[in-house]
Amino acid sequence: MVLNQATLKRDGVQDFVSLRTTALIISAYAIFIIGYFLATPEVTFEAWTGLFSNLAMKGFTLITLVCIMVHTHIGLWQVLTDYVKCAKLRAALGFVLSLMSLAYVAIGLIVLWGV
Amino acid sequence: MSKDGQVTVKKQRPVNLDLTTISMPATAKASIFHRVTGVALFFALTFVIWAWSESLSSAESFEFVKGLFNGFIAKFIAWGTVSVLVYHLIGGIRHMIMDMGHWEELESGNLSAKVSMALGVVFAVLAGVWIWF
Repeated sequence: MVLNQATLKRDGVQDFVSLRTTALIISAYAIFIIGYFLATPEVTFEAWTGLFSNLAMKGFTLITLVCIMVHTHIGLWQVLTDYVKCAKLRAALGFVLSLMSLAYVAIGLIVLWGV
Repeated sequence: MSKDGQVTVKKQRPVNLDLTTISMPATAKASIFHRVTGVALFFALTFVIWAWSESLSSAESFEFVKGLFNGFIAKFIAWGTVSVLVYHLIGGIRHMIMDMGHWEELESGNLSAKVSMALGVVFAVLAGVWIWF
């Protein structure tokens, strides 16, 4: 069990918990952003950069992007293992999709750094 | 788990996942929409992160992105993303309620699936009104 925790191998329970905890954070972020647009009649550049220059917002955004990476890794794996029967194609698709989600985090970090 | 154990588990898994030959009750539809919206959201993020990155880079690019939302394509992508997000969120909430042991019977499961999909449609319409009017 300890060995299992020390490796990057996942099990069903870890996936179950990770999927739900990340979902809660992503939901909170999505509701916050939709709420921001609903509550702000005219979003200006000053207001928009002001929002993301706030350290708490930078942290919230980056954490959400990391959660999206974990959440989509599990979700897309579930979808791929069900519908893509060819193991090589599934591995290739999994690689590309994982790379995309890592790129989302990397780009997010760079954007937040510059605001 | 031993190698033999894994083989046994694999053999017991259902093999017919041809969606065109499976009868689809409301619960199955709610489930497949949850998956489709999840995958769609993943790709929609490319547009969202691009627009977000552009809008924060300079005042000019902010106005450029804002200007895009006067056109149909950006509005449609925004509407699609919000609608799909809300349905995925509703589906996720339903899953968590089911994790707590509710709506697990045939009748309640079917009802919650139908209500989830109906709410998804309602919120898609509301999102459309919000974005276009």
